Order: sequence, then structure tokens, then C-alpha cells
Amino acid sequence: MLNYSIRRLLLAIPTLIAISLIIFLLLDLAPSDPTANLPLTIPPEVREKIRQSLGLGDPIYIRYLLWCKQFFVNEPLNILEQWFGWGSGDRLRVLSWQTRSPVVDLIVERMPQTLWVVGMSYVVGVLIALPIGIISAYRQYSWFDQIGTFVSMVGFSVPTFFTGVLVIVIFSVWLGWFPSIYDTTHQVTDWESFLFQVRQMIMPVAVLALFNAAQISRFMRASMLDNLNQDYVRTARAKGLRERTVVMIHVLRNSLIPVVTVIALGVPQIFGGAIITEQVFKVNGLGQLLIISIQGGDLPTVQTLTFIFAVLIIVFNLVADVLYGILDPRIRYD
Amino acid sequence: MSEDGAAVLDVKDLRTVFETAQGAIHAVNSVSFDLRPGELLGVVGESGSGKSVTMMSLIGLLGTTAATVDGAHVNFDGMDLLRVTEDELRAVRGAGIGFVFQDPMTSLNPVFTVGFQLMEPLRNHMGMTTREARQRAVELLELVGIADAEKRLSDYPHQFSGGMRQRVMIAMALSCDPKVLIADEPTTALDVTIQAQILELMKELRHKLGMAIVWITHDLGVIAGIADRVMVMYGGQIVELAPVIELFKNPQHPYTRALLQTVPSVRGSRAERLRVIQGQPPILFSPPQRCSYSARCNHAFDRCLAADPARISVGDGHDVACFWDPETGEPR
Repeated sequence: MLNYSIRRLLLAIPTLIAISLIIFLLLDLAPSDPTANLPLTIPPEVREKIRQSLGLGDPIYIRYLLWCKQFFVNEPLNILEQWFGWGSGDRLRVLSWQTRSPVVDLIVERMPQTLWVVGMSYVVGVLIALPIGIISAYRQYSWFDQIGTFVSMVGFSVPTFFTGVLVIVIFSVWLGWFPSIYDTTHQVTDWESFLFQVRQMIMPVAVLALFNAAQISRFMRASMLDNLNQDYVRTARAKGLRERTVVMIHVLRNSLIPVVTVIALGVPQIFGGAIITEQVFKVNGLGQLLIISIQGGDLPTVQTLTFIFAVLIIVFNLVADVLYGILDPRIRYD
Repeated sequence: MSEDGAAVLDVKDLRTVFETAQGAIHAVNSVSFDLRPGELLGVVGESGSGKSVTMMSLIGLLGTTAATVDGAHVNFDGMDLLRVTEDELRAVRGAGIGFVFQDPMTSLNPVFTVGFQLMEPLRNHMGMTTREARQRAVELLELVGIADAEKRLSDYPHQFSGGMRQRVMIAMALSCDPKVLIADEPTTALDVTIQAQILELMKELRHKLGMAIVWITHDLGVIAGIADRVMVMYGGQIVELAPVIELFKNPQHPYTRALLQTVPSVRGSRAERLRVIQGQPPILFSPPQRCSYSARCNHAFDRCLAADPARISVGDGHDVACFWDPETGEPR
């Protein structure tokens, strides 16, 4: 398993280099202009100079190699040097065209909001989905299953920009229970502020959790149904095991194998942020950063963010495969 | 085997009905039989004749499917299994009555070790500690002829061959010293040499442990070699029940006779075509109003269509449910 993981990680290097190049080329093809958001009074010659100063005059391969050097060499070296005090650690970093601040710093700033809101919604979604999937499958076609199926269909098919606005209208505007805007500057210092944090998180987390739970509960249900009719379940019953043991140990362990894979593959989406939900609730997370950067033609930020998503996707694909190998003894990678 | 002594399992008038979208299907119709201590009772019949369903009904193994099991009584170990609670029934499963199923490739849980699966009933029914259960599991694997038992406990089912898995299944069924072992086509999914090994093993274990066995199969050759008595099932009913030699020498029911003729022989003329019984076994949407075999029977006459023949005794321990007498070729 260790050998396999190392081999996969090594294989990921050329893959990621290829991905970074493709992202770069695609972004270069996109008809965006970093000066487009600047005031109209700026004359065209000045605009052209701004473009030149951002390096847009250079040939594309120079720009790509420059980004590679800044991201793959300078960033890690800076961090190492600062940690161990080897040097100044002030090599040129990937800079955002909009804010002129390092992109990695922007990401680090926005990561906590995204992890709190989107990550929490994922955890909540999974925790809701698993029991619903299990019970729905065990009591197939019961009223519980029917309701679960209906809610899943709603959660899956109604977009978050609709449910998001709907809960804002109901719970913020009409009932006034929760704030409609997520306050990023809020610091949790005591019980009172913690409660406020919980209150401002409830709506975005609920909206996203519904969406996540809808998907995963369907997977869980289908997987349980696949396994409930297997011969080994009959064997377990014939051994005189409690129905609870039969379902929660024999069936569940088998059913979780594909579901865990799906859950692991979904994790990168957390870091990607829920772009739409973050917009609706004004959570300034990674999703919002990506949107702003795209709109502002901020290519280094878009490039770096997209590349980090690609890394996460590859890593969690590996995690899913490793988990698969751990959960299913029939799978051996070496 | 022993003719005296009370039956370990006494089934009277067992009926099983499945509720399906197409309507109620009467899968088991008024089945009565008994099983004597140490006896091996063979159950034969085509697919869909109700062999397995009968045995699963006894012990509530039909699972969550919409099945209704009813009857006069199923006496086992001083209990009526039709009238005990689910918990009491569960305590009988695996402890008093062991099961071996047809397909050893799918009957073991792929994600748990063989040791874990073997120890489960021991801890559950016998209240053994993990250490005692482990000790017993090793003994059981040795009993069914698995070499290196200690080490193999931590192996997963996929690391065993088909025959070895069936040995594990047998070990599991035997783990709590059951009085009755129900073997549902235990050798059907195995190739012939492995089948012979498993048969030998079962014969040996049976004499060693002295339990009664119900052996479900559609292989008459297997039955001839192993059974004491044979029960022939058709349409969810017992059509003939006789000691094994009597059944092969003197089959009474047209269905039994047809079954015996379908067995290919190594000797004899090759020019002859393999015999088949034309048609399909019936799906019964109502309790049988006439002989369920009448549609495929060469000897059927008006009475067979008017009433369902009751089981009558035609000799020492030989019952048949048919209106036609093969001796005379006339209605009885």
C-alpha cells in the first residue's frame, strides 16, 4: 500500500505539470483584460503600459515558466527559509494583479471561512445522509423511505441559489432569527460570540448540507440495497445473529466501501468553496475569491487557485483508492 | 438409522404464501414430515418446487420479503417454532439448527475474516469469550479438514477456494453442535471432485457428531449415495416420501418415476436421447385445487383435475400423493 501510494504520488507530478500548462493556456485564450475594471478615464496608452508592467507583453512560454518558478520554487523556498531562518525568504512570489498581494496569502486568509462553512456543511451532510440512506434501504418503500426520497430529490434538484435566497427570506427577513450576511471579521472570544458564530453559520451550512446529504444518502441507500439481498446476509441471519448486527455490521461494512470513496472524492469540492452559496450569503471564502479574480481578469490568482484545486483532486483520488484498499480486503495494490 | 425415538423435527401442515405484485403465490402447501435423530433426509425436486422455501420457512429465514408462514406446528426441541417470539427463533438459528447454503462463493461475507465469521455464532449462542471462541474455531476448521487452521483464521474468504469455503460454511453451521443441519444444495456449485470430497466429509461428520441432516438437492445420484429417506417435492407439496432404497426400487408417483428417468446413465445405448420432463413447474396463485403435476403427467385422468390427491401410505414408511397406481396402471 505504501509503495503504491508513493508510486501514485510520483506519477502525479507529470500529471500536475500537464494540468498547470493546460490551465495556463486556457486562461490565455480567455478574452479577459486585467485593466477592464479600471476607470474609463485612463487613456489607452496608459492601459497598454499597465499591461506591459504586468508582464502581458512577454511570450506565453516565458509567462508560464515564470509562474512555475514563482509557484514551485520561490514559494516553498521562502517558507523553508522563514521557518529555519536560513535566509531572507523574500523571493518574488505569485502576485495577484488586482491587489498586488501574494496569491498564497490571499488563499490562506480566506481558507478558514470556506473550511468552516463549506467543510461543516459537508460533515453535517454526511452525518445526516448515512443514517437516512441506511434506514431508507432497510425499510424500502416505507413512509420514511418515501419522504427521504422526496427530500433528496428536492435537495438535489433545487439549486442552492434558490434555497439560499428562500431561507434568507424566511429566516432573516420574516422571522429575523439569523443574520443574512456572514460576518467574516467576527471573532469568537466568549460564549456569546460563539453563539453568534453558530447563528450566522446555520443558514449557509443548512443549505449546502441539504444538497450534499441528498446526493450521499442516495448513494448510501443504493449501496445498502445492493448488499441487503446478498447471500452472506442470509448466512448471517442463519447464524442467529441479531438483526441489528446483521445490518449494522455485515451489511453496512460492505455498503460503506463505495460510499466512502464517493465521500472522499467530494472533499476537494469543499476547498473549491461553494461558489454560489458563498455569494448568496456573502461568505468571503475561496469560491468568492475565484469569482472576483475571474471577473477582474486576475490571471495569476485564477491560475494558482485552479491549480491548487487540481492538486486536491488528485490527492483525494489517491485517498479514495487507499481507503478502498483498506475497507475491502479483496483489493490489493502491490 | 434409528427408527425409534421421538422426531427431532416434526413439521405438520406447513404453508408459506408470498405476497407479490402479481398476487399471492402459494409456495409451500401443507407440508408435513418428521426428521428422526441422526437421520439424513434427502429432499429432491426441480427448481421452484419449494424445497428451499420449505426449509427456510421453518426457521423464519425468508427475511424481509412479504412471506406468511402458517401451519399446525413445527416442533423442535420442545418448542413450536411457528409460535415462538423472534428472539427465541433467533436463538434456535445457528445453535439448534445449522445451515449450509448452496453457493460458498457468495455465502461468506467478503470483508470479514473467516475467523471472525466462525467465532460470531460461538460468542453469540454459547457465550464464549474471544479466546475460547478462537480455540473452538481452530478445532472446527480442523474438523472439516482445513490444514493450518490457526493461521487461516485471519484469512479472508477470497483467499479460500470454493471447496474450502464450503468447508468453512460447514464448520460454521456445526459450530454450536446443532441437532439438525439443513444443507441447501451444498455441493451444487462445486465441481465434481470437490463435490465428492464434501460428500465424504458430510458422511464422516454425520457419524462423528450424530446430528440429523436435511439435504436439499436436485441431484438424485447424490441422494442415492447419502440419504436414509427421500422426500420428493413438487408444487410446494410432498408428492412422495420413502426410504431411499424403496424409492429407487419402487417409485410410485409419476413425477418420481419421470425424475429417475432423467438421470443419464454411463452404461446403455448412446443413441437414446436424454429424457426430459416436458413443461414447467406451476406457479400457484391459489392453494392447489387439483393435482399440481396433472398438467405434465402422462397418466392424468379426470380425478386428477377434480381434486388434489392426499398423501396415502403404500408401504412401510412409503407415502405417495397420487390417484394412479403404477402396479396396475389403473386408478387406485
